[in-house]
Amino acid sequence: MKTIFDGRPYRSRAMGLKGKALFLVVLCTLVFHWKGTSQEPKVVMVKDSILPIDLNEVIVISSYKRTLEHNSHHKPLSTLDQYLESSKKVNMIKRGAYAWEPVLNDMTTERLSITIDGMRIFGACTDRMDPITSYVDVSNLSDIHVACGQQGAEHGATIGGAIDLRLEKSNFRPDGWGGSIETGGETNNSSQIIGGELNYSDEQFYVDTDIIYRKAENYVAGGGQEVAFSQFEKYNLSVNAGYKVSEDQKLLASFIFDEARDVGYPALPMDVSLARAFIGSVSWIQTDFIGDFKNWETKVYANSITHIMDDSQRPDVPIRMDMPGWSDTYGYFSQATLKRDNHQFLLKLDGFYNRSLAEMTMYPNNPNEREMFMLTWPDVRTLNNGFYAEDVIDFKESSLKLSTRLAVQGFNVADELGLNSLRIFYPEMARRQTRFLKSFSARYHKKLKSVHLDGGLSYGDRAPSVSEGFGFYLFNSFDNHDYVGDPDLRNEKAIEVNTKISVPIEKLNFSLEGNYFHTMDFIVGEVNPALSVMTIGAEGVKIYKNLEYANLYNISLDTKYQITPEFTWTGLVSYHRGTDQDGRNLPFISPFTYNSMLQYTQGKFSGSLTMRGAADQVNFNPEFGEDRTDAYTVFSLSLGKSFSINNDDVYVKAGVENIFDELYSTYTDWNNIPRMGRNFFMTVSYAIN
Amino acid sequence: MKTIKYLLATLFLTVSFISCTDDTDDPIPIEEENPLAEYTMLKAVKANNHSIELYSEQEQFTIGYNELFIRIKDEASESYVSDATISWNPVMHMTEMMHSCPKSEVTKTENASVYKGFSIFQMPGNADEYWELNLEYTINGQTYNATERIEVKAPSDGKKRVSVFMGTDETRYVLAMMPIKPEVAVNDFSAVLFKMENMMTFPAVEDYKITIDPRMPGMGNHGSPNNEDLTYDSASKMYSGKLSLTMTGYWKINLKLLNDGDEVLKGEDVTEENESSSLFFEIEF
Repeated sequence: MKTIFDGRPYRSRAMGLKGKALFLVVLCTLVFHWKGTSQEPKVVMVKDSILPIDLNEVIVISSYKRTLEHNSHHKPLSTLDQYLESSKKVNMIKRGAYAWEPVLNDMTTERLSITIDGMRIFGACTDRMDPITSYVDVSNLSDIHVACGQQGAEHGATIGGAIDLRLEKSNFRPDGWGGSIETGGETNNSSQIIGGELNYSDEQFYVDTDIIYRKAENYVAGGGQEVAFSQFEKYNLSVNAGYKVSEDQKLLASFIFDEARDVGYPALPMDVSLARAFIGSVSWIQTDFIGDFKNWETKVYANSITHIMDDSQRPDVPIRMDMPGWSDTYGYFSQATLKRDNHQFLLKLDGFYNRSLAEMTMYPNNPNEREMFMLTWPDVRTLNNGFYAEDVIDFKESSLKLSTRLAVQGFNVADELGLNSLRIFYPEMARRQTRFLKSFSARYHKKLKSVHLDGGLSYGDRAPSVSEGFGFYLFNSFDNHDYVGDPDLRNEKAIEVNTKISVPIEKLNFSLEGNYFHTMDFIVGEVNPALSVMTIGAEGVKIYKNLEYANLYNISLDTKYQITPEFTWTGLVSYHRGTDQDGRNLPFISPFTYNSMLQYTQGKFSGSLTMRGAADQVNFNPEFGEDRTDAYTVFSLSLGKSFSINNDDVYVKAGVENIFDELYSTYTDWNNIPRMGRNFFMTVSYAIN
Repeated sequence: MKTIKYLLATLFLTVSFISCTDDTDDPIPIEEENPLAEYTMLKAVKANNHSIELYSEQEQFTIGYNELFIRIKDEASESYVSDATISWNPVMHMTEMMHSCPKSEVTKTENASVYKGFSIFQMPGNADEYWELNLEYTINGQTYNATERIEVKAPSDGKKRVSVFMGTDETRYVLAMMPIKPEVAVNDFSAVLFKMENMMTFPAVEDYKITIDPRMPGMGNHGSPNNEDLTYDSASKMYSGKLSLTMTGYWKINLKLLNDGDEVLKGEDVTEENESSSLFFEIEF
């Protein structure tokens, strides 16, 4: 649903009323449902814990014993991108060695809600070279929550799901002072990593600080070829603090500064000279709230991103250009829980205001000509206000989770030059527009003896992203086309069905999971042959359009086998398929992939042997710049040992990735840039107790 | 709006009345109410005890379209003459011949002492060749003549805004771009077209068509979408259309001139092989 301000306010008011009405209906349904059930005689005893509804994945980053960071991963101190890539559900689109773009259920940034501790942040790069995950580091995070489809609607409108990066906090544990130093290195790209943290925590107050620095040179692909412009350098600093105002009142604050310089993107025609983020928040947490409402948490946050693309290091470009971008977001959320009989409610109000601006200046080869200037993101102001409610109803051996998100999102094109630019394409385009977003989801969990069954049905929609709605000649080097947005795009809407069955048979545990997205008005760029390309060498111009619909299927089988108490084997196979209404393949759909890992843990020693691979990518689409990606299999090995020196803990881990130096690239590798060849790594963590 | 106009007219009349009664004893300095203060005075032609002042928005007489404003100052009374009739004829003195250029009539403006018209100079003057402006004006039934050399220069940015060419119909045409303040937007874009009947006569040409294809030669010669070709508008006596500029910088506006039978008189399509039309304008901003 979409309203365009056309100087006749009664229309938007009418929509507002409709929205309110819908909101009331949903609220009433929830309230009456709760009343209805609460009148039933209480036969079961009140349970404290709700049965888990488990379609989410949690990627643990810091270990349980938190002084020794990141031990759980086969390669501690690897980049966050590598952590995400090793997860079961997330894939990463790779344009270089840095700032990979997460893919969940074969959907990327604009169809996902990616947040840091619930905070909305939007990248400042028009070419998606700075996903949010590039502005935090493993040193900041405790874990990452991955939720599929509308299960991820808690923090914002989404189609494909949500990735919430949770910051690590000492959380008033009476630990006193603690600190650690970590360092690591890798042979393939001569990378050096050094990090440290210093924390103080008692029952009244805590402060956590950490810093990490990474520097890497070009990496070498399998077979020995160096991948030029794959270097990067970055550092990240964060401070977290909390103060207990009273026993049930806490004031928390967090701040992250992240800066990357000289980042090469071998798959793209440009690099990044600076990507910088300031991310800050203050929150108030109160155990008791009004009446029966509990766990009241309110957070206000702000973040500011500057991203500067540059081609000054490239020896041979048809024209020099600068492409800086800025994205500032201010937001809040306030949530509380409520427990009534077997219902557990979570109610949340949230909102954000984002400003996205990006420009492009081209320097003509003829020095007498003036610079060419345009706005690629015309200072788009997005204002979103939403309401989220969920109710987890606990039955005896099963549970039902109902959730909804209703939001109003407005766009305003603030820059005159930008607005006039877009009006070249859309003469009647309104400066402002308002959209109404909604999401409904139901999930049912049933436990039959030791078998867990999950099933869900949901509906959700999303507004076009800034690029899809307002982008102006954004060059995509993957399909070699310039993209122009369309402000009149309809919202993309998805009906999602998902199911999961987990069967434990003695030491073997199977879990089969599948989901299906029927996405109506699927937004994708389509060639408009009448338009002339802007970028030198581009093949054509694509305009974002709503397809009639697109279908996405994802099926995965996850197996775990406890061979002996020391040896564990895990295996994962997954199959994905995506087509549009005419049976045309959609881009970036994973081929059949597999993953097998054998882990050994005994006392202070651990080791793992991993095999990862994919079959040939047969369902590709050259219209989107894809070609057939060949099958590959790579092996990695890591060994770790922890020991003590003078009461301090030391953890050493070493390993080798891509043991057989295979030259390969995956379907997510932009323009088929090859992946890293054989790479030895070693990390040392020293925790001062 | 109308009320304001009447008020202004009344005020203006009052002022003129007062100045008339006063001018014997106490002449009001005339600069104070110069209605052309925003313009540049390019030339003051001194003749017949008059100073004929030529004003323009530009800093110089430039090849291409020049909108010119004229005032005649009576040097004796230090006042500006109203209700004169003026005609003009700019003439280029070349080494071997003389010719004029397309020009409008000189008409009165809302301000009775200000006259205006336009002139389209095809070429600049140089050391051996020069433009001369011939003026004939009548005040209270008496006709005067004045002639003055004027210096016509190429525009300071050197960009092409006028084109003189021989069409395939063996007729010589002058096509001039109307002044434009280009923006990254869809711009109103106009041009005027004249044909050269003889050395001194340049009648306007109506109902032809001018196609436009803006390109950026500095960036792979890319174009822009949603341009509108220029068609003749009899009210403004100009060819008008729409010009889309997707970014700042140097744009070459490739043109084709078509007659009323849709035959191409001048200009070619821009293709992979043919980077530019032989008929074009230039814009840089």
